[in-house]
Amino acid sequence: MRLLFGSFFTFLLAAVIGLGATWFTLTRGIAFGSLTIGAWTAWPKSGSQDIDPYAHAAISRDGELPVGIGDGVAFIAKTDDAGHPLDGRCTFLLNGMTPPARFWTVTLYSPTGLLVANAINRHGFTSEEIVRGADGRFTIALAPQARPGNWLPTGGIEHFVLVWRLYDTPIGVAATTMKEGPMPAIERKGCS
Amino acid sequence: MIRWLLWALGGILLGGIVHLATVLAMPRAATQDAYSRLAPITPINAMVALPAPTAQASIMPFMDPAFAAAVCRYDLSSGIIKLNAPVSEAYTSVTFYTRESVAYYAINDRAAGRRAIELDLMTPQQHAQIPEDEDVTAADRLIIDSPSKTGLIVLRALAPEPGLMPMARAALAGAQCRIAPVQ
Repeated sequence: MRLLFGSFFTFLLAAVIGLGATWFTLTRGIAFGSLTIGAWTAWPKSGSQDIDPYAHAAISRDGELPVGIGDGVAFIAKTDDAGHPLDGRCTFLLNGMTPPARFWTVTLYSPTGLLVANAINRHGFTSEEIVRGADGRFTIALAPQARPGNWLPTGGIEHFVLVWRLYDTPIGVAATTMKEGPMPAIERKGCS
Repeated sequence: MIRWLLWALGGILLGGIVHLATVLAMPRAATQDAYSRLAPITPINAMVALPAPTAQASIMPFMDPAFAAAVCRYDLSSGIIKLNAPVSEAYTSVTFYTRESVAYYAINDRAAGRRAIELDLMTPQQHAQIPEDEDVTAADRLIIDSPSKTGLIVLRALAPEPGLMPMARAALAGAQCRIAPVQ
């Protein structure tokens, strides 16, 4: 009888710990081999055959196709530089420059990877359409209400994520990562 | 007490095994992975344009809305795949994925170095059947070995601004993915 209770307890504990840890790691996007610059994180190996088992499980679960390493690299941000979550009811400024790449795109998504509905049908910018200053730097305002200049509407949703994709870039391909490579800073400018 | 601690220790160890096993089994067990999502709308061994993502629906999550995309869901059991893709004016790339969404090869227009990306996709077994001299004469066609018999070829063309999306789509419309005998 004691053996029965004991083994039942052991199996229950194993199921809770094992499945709980799997669920936790896959929903939080935990994987090895990340490349972090400011608030931005990329997993360049996810676009190759050396994909991490955790990243592989996560993309299989959510149905994504990662950017191949010969194509480019994708950086994701879920918070600003100070660690505040990206809240669509607040205003954030994206400021600065990008690492070398032939083209880049920045896109605003819901946490599940859908685009966010808005009046002007704008979901992101490409490197070709962004308005830059004389020094080549640019500012993008992420806000629920219209802004002058490069305005990316947040649709007022509670959480959003930003994905910065660099196409035809040396980033992530070269074995030595440029840790201090310039990625745009993200700064919160108050909430409505 | 000691007995329960031992049971708990066993549970934790077994939990670790369950965790690793489920993570490793996920790519095979997933029913909503990219291949399964694309299967209902893509015929085998043909290039089909993908619907652009919108705020309401997206065939896969986190699709780049600045790109027009087309996919060829391939099956190499009856031959090799010959891929021909004209490049658009801005940026075009081809990425090869296994049945389990692993990006095993990707090339862009500049790396391809021509006005069109031309590739032959085959299994390593089919590659071994090609006679050596054939391999040399066909050297101007790039040969890619697919680690799996089935998978996805995704063609992406950039529209640098929304007004250029029709141009990107038109470039992809000329792409071909067809099955050919090994010889």
